[in-house]
Amino acid sequence: MPKVIVVTSGKGGVGKTTTSASFSSGLALRGNKTVVIDFDVGLRNLDLIMGCERRVVYDIINVINGEVSLKQALIKDKHCDNLFVLPASQTRDKDALSLEGVGRIIDELKESFDCIVCDSPAGIEHGAFSAMYYADEALIVTNPEVSSVRDSDRILGILAAKSKRATEGQEPVKEHLLVTRYDPKRVAAGEMLSVDDIQEILRIPLIGVIPESESVLQASNSGTPAIHLEKSDVAEAYRDVVARFMGDDVPMRFTTAEKAGFLKRLFGGR
Amino acid sequence: MPDAMPREEPAFKIKNANLPVLILHLKTPDMDRFKAQLATRIKQMPDFFSHTPIMLGLGDLAEADATLDFSNLLDFMRGHRMQAAGVIGGSAAQQEAAAKAGLGVIPETPARPAPVVEAAPEPVLATAPEPTPEARGPAQPDLPGLESDAEPARPEPPAPLEARPTLIIDKPVRTGQRIYAEGANLVVLAIVNAGAELIADGDIHIYAPLRGRALAGARGNTAARIYVQSMEAELVAIAGLFQVFDEGIPDTLRGKFCQIYLEGEKVAVTPMSSKRQAA
Repeated sequence: MPKVIVVTSGKGGVGKTTTSASFSSGLALRGNKTVVIDFDVGLRNLDLIMGCERRVVYDIINVINGEVSLKQALIKDKHCDNLFVLPASQTRDKDALSLEGVGRIIDELKESFDCIVCDSPAGIEHGAFSAMYYADEALIVTNPEVSSVRDSDRILGILAAKSKRATEGQEPVKEHLLVTRYDPKRVAAGEMLSVDDIQEILRIPLIGVIPESESVLQASNSGTPAIHLEKSDVAEAYRDVVARFMGDDVPMRFTTAEKAGFLKRLFGGR
Repeated sequence: MPDAMPREEPAFKIKNANLPVLILHLKTPDMDRFKAQLATRIKQMPDFFSHTPIMLGLGDLAEADATLDFSNLLDFMRGHRMQAAGVIGGSAAQQEAAAKAGLGVIPETPARPAPVVEAAPEPVLATAPEPTPEARGPAQPDLPGLESDAEPARPEPPAPLEARPTLIIDKPVRTGQRIYAEGANLVVLAIVNAGAELIADGDIHIYAPLRGRALAGARGNTAARIYVQSMEAELVAIAGLFQVFDEGIPDTLRGKFCQIYLEGEKVAVTPMSSKRQAA
């Protein structure tokens, strides 16, 4: 059964596109035939981070408008054989991203792919809404700071009320919390929210913690998804996330020893 | 030549209004007895009616199906400065006779109060809550083509609400979400996050932390209360009177199981376990 996974956050700059690139690469590395779609029409970035910007000829709007076939617009990833990128349009109007058109594309992709990853733009406007509407599961990317947590809360509310699954009364979208840019030292110093603080507010299952790292910036600039970096804690952390998503039981890493906090959560909340 | 027509100011508009109106219920078909008693009563307060439109209630005479001489009755009433506007109820024959005599006909006294939603006093709030469509209960009655007159001629008593089933929410209420329990109580079993809003015309119970806003008795029920398992709210309100916690929630209340209710004009927040303590 193919899965549609949206990577979303509400707030910008928290690591949605970085996560979409690494997560979809990770899924492909584990043998899933995967496609990653950039929904950020007008501000396309995914192709840069995937290092395929020079091969973009057609985009998602061309496909929606029926100007080209899906096959023509899909770009094969240079690192993984079974990963494809469907880029966003740089020039078109974002209203061209009609829900009905996106639905057609997703239905067609479901015929040949196992995983469809939707990289959402920031905000709660049309683009973010079209990215999440057809989702079966959602990665909620959150930074350890209050405004990011608040925006994630908003997005979770919209997912629970307005996604296709919600409006059609199906089983709700499965939500996963992914904390990115996490710095345990600053958490210990009280400068950042801890994973427990975030979970106390959002109350959804944690799928992983990505540590703050300079290597993410280097990876982005070189057009290589961070999961492919050698000897990097970020790559390890993303591999853990993919493993957990596939159902493996992998212990949490990169959160430092915060066992007391975990007990507190058991004791304090439900 | 429609395009040559000048644009005219509308000459009329039809509005739906809720006006108080007197109903004179006829208890007997015996017109002599009726007139005698009415004359006696009017003598005591000659200026009471002064041509105020009045409805004739025929409900009690419908079964007897007595023939009524409306033109005679109207003459008599006019003589006493009473202006009959129409009849309510009565048998088909009586209604036909009334219509012939130039009276309006309302078939039957409405069994339940007419749409009261528009007439209900709005909660006096800086942030007047407007229920979101998805949180709203059954649709409010809307008369197509009619504007409703929001201001009745005199303040009406809050109309009795039909008992609606309690609205139960078992999923987190998140930032930007607004839940409205229209004409009902609201029970929330999951967390209410900062930036979320709960509104109920009745009581609100929250069996989880309340970090957003809760507004009970939104249509002016001053007896409404809020019960919250862990008090961390941004704002609480009862019947439009609200309390914010700009400086944070006092230590005596924060995270406690609290009850919130009106004490006169003041919103009182008291922990459920210890003695009364106004916040």
